[in-house]
Amino acid sequence: MQRRVTFDSRLLPYLLLAPQVAVTLVFFIWPAAQAIWQSVHLQDAFGIRSEFVWFENFTYVLSDPNYLDTLKTTVIFSVAVTVLAMGVALLLAVLADSKIKGARVYKTLLIWPYALAPAVAAVLWMFIFNPDIGSFGRALRAFGYDWDYRLNGGQALAMVILAASWKQVSYNFIFFLAGLQAIPRSVMEAASIDGAGPARRFWTITFPLLSPTTFFLLVVDMVYAFFETFGTIHALTQGGPGKATETLIFRVYQDGVVNNDLGGSSAQSVILMVIVIALTAVQFRFVERKVHYA
Amino acid sequence: MLTRRKLALLTGAATATALLFAAALPGAASAQQKTVVDFWHGLPQPLGGQLEQIVKDFNDSQSAVQVNASYKGSYPETMQAAIAAFRAGNAPHIVQMFEVGTATMMAAGPAVKPVYQLMQETGASFNPDAYIPAVKGYYSSKDGKMMALPFNSSTTIMFYNKDAFQKAGLDPNKPPATWPEMIEAAKKLKASGSTCPLTTSWPVWAQFEQLGAIHNTPFATQQNGFGGLKAELKINSPLYVKHVQTLIDMQKDGLFKYGGRDNKPDALFPSGECAMIHASSGLRSRILKEANFAWGAAPLPYWPEFAKDGPKNSIIGGAAFWVMTSPKRTPAEYKAVSQFFTYLAKPEVDAKWHMDTGYVPVTMKGFELTKAQGYYEKNPGADVPAAQLTRTPTTENSMGLRLGNLPEIRNIIQEELEKAFQGQQDARQALDASIKRGNAVLRNFERANKG
Repeated sequence: MQRRVTFDSRLLPYLLLAPQVAVTLVFFIWPAAQAIWQSVHLQDAFGIRSEFVWFENFTYVLSDPNYLDTLKTTVIFSVAVTVLAMGVALLLAVLADSKIKGARVYKTLLIWPYALAPAVAAVLWMFIFNPDIGSFGRALRAFGYDWDYRLNGGQALAMVILAASWKQVSYNFIFFLAGLQAIPRSVMEAASIDGAGPARRFWTITFPLLSPTTFFLLVVDMVYAFFETFGTIHALTQGGPGKATETLIFRVYQDGVVNNDLGGSSAQSVILMVIVIALTAVQFRFVERKVHYA
Repeated sequence: MLTRRKLALLTGAATATALLFAAALPGAASAQQKTVVDFWHGLPQPLGGQLEQIVKDFNDSQSAVQVNASYKGSYPETMQAAIAAFRAGNAPHIVQMFEVGTATMMAAGPAVKPVYQLMQETGASFNPDAYIPAVKGYYSSKDGKMMALPFNSSTTIMFYNKDAFQKAGLDPNKPPATWPEMIEAAKKLKASGSTCPLTTSWPVWAQFEQLGAIHNTPFATQQNGFGGLKAELKINSPLYVKHVQTLIDMQKDGLFKYGGRDNKPDALFPSGECAMIHASSGLRSRILKEANFAWGAAPLPYWPEFAKDGPKNSIIGGAAFWVMTSPKRTPAEYKAVSQFFTYLAKPEVDAKWHMDTGYVPVTMKGFELTKAQGYYEKNPGADVPAAQLTRTPTTENSMGLRLGNLPEIRNIIQEELEKAFQGQQDARQALDASIKRGNAVLRNFERANKG
């Protein structure tokens, strides 16, 4: 017989739900509704004149070739950040999980960067990479390599990808390490006795057993790359040179806050919201099928 | 006995305290009657502190008004804060707005109380002609009425490294006056080992807006936007094409270095890396503090072929004070604001601010007062910005710009310039692309503000 938890009062379940519902309403539904309202209006900066313009803001944004370029940059940026952050984290986690001297120290050190605010991290990166004042930047130039991310779009993009990934490696590392430690030793030992080498053990046992963690991190990292890298980009390149490092979220800020175009900026927010909802849905629908839950 | 004496002492102390309170009460009451004025500014230290000192001097000079100055972040952040506060019905009485926000403020209609109107209504004496024409023009409406109170204004000038000039065999007391001379000097500097003969801060302000003013060439139609919201960019005329192509070629030859957007390149001059810089006159105080070489200041160079009758006055940058409205404003508060503004417009205050900070004097009297005090003899080159601003009467191309969303247009031009410096396009293409994107911004502004 199935055991069912029941509440004595009809009101209690609603009461218990209320905080969560309130948080969702105030911090998600309300601003999202405002964004949708703004996205179909044209307003001056002070909000004195407001005009309903149907989907004009959307057509304006979507017919802007620069917006499509930004979309392309965002895809490159997000995929690169996700792959790099997860790849490096997995490698480090596997190494830290093996029996080495001082593993605890390594583990602690690897988690540190996560405690750093993105803007602070970006300033540190600037002190490393700036061609005039950065240690590494100056060294590169001293060796005759023409390093100048203020003018070279490729270098700028590579730099923000590196900085944004580095920030996320720690987070991924913790999860991968926890995932690795949850894998039963006996399975690994059995495989060893059967003569499987480290590489084979990794690909046939560790990796499949890690897949729930990997899938979770894939979603989290994608969302991170889309939304949370604003601070890094803002502090390092401000989207330049040209528009080489301008991602969708950065442009939302630029148009809304700097350029006072609330309608266009809200239209972009709505588009971004749709993209991320779609992306997450796709990931859950298709990628998750391949995930092996132990 | 002892306890009784203690008791007496205590009683005495209590009485004294009560008396003190009573004496302090009338003072406390009058403090409450003071009209409080909120003033938001966007100047970081040390300038912010110097501005707050002026506010304090004003507060100490009279007893009816208390101005509370607070720093709200950079200029764009201050603008955002003021706009958000207005939307919430809590606008500050006064906000400091950078010059490129002028058109946005003028189009704000009921959000702003024009200064001429404020002074009229409160019966304060206010003479717009006391201001330097280039300053007055920038903040005046189409029919010549002052909309904001000019305060900290600057202009673009050139700073050069005299030691580097000496090393390159150039006369350290004869900075290049024209662009052909500029290119020659840059070549010699490069030959003497300089990795950066020339750079520019504020690429758009210095190399576009000032260029147009000095050569009496429009930046945009409709008298640079003063005529109305229908203005379109005109930065692909021969002057601009020639100028930008020159910069691109100089960059390729190692004669010019693009140091980044806005004022990012500022650091390149005091550090000694760049031998010449076109920058805000406000950079002076930083150079004074940081540079460990001999340096000089000079007017911006010009193209003789595009300035047949000599270069015109340059335009200003910096910021002005705007009066904002709010549903709960009282006439007494406006009166207090006008009192504060009358104080700020005094030549002594203007001259002191100029000498303390490196901003230009905004009134003719302030300029003269500074001269009379012998400041320029003691600080050679400090009069270059004001002299450049006042050297000719303003033309319709050297009044300034009145374009909506100018910060966005500046960014667009900077982006297209960066693409050109990377070799992705030439000057003509960069300028055409800037015009196309810039005009779209102007049309958006026109649509949003036509009502």
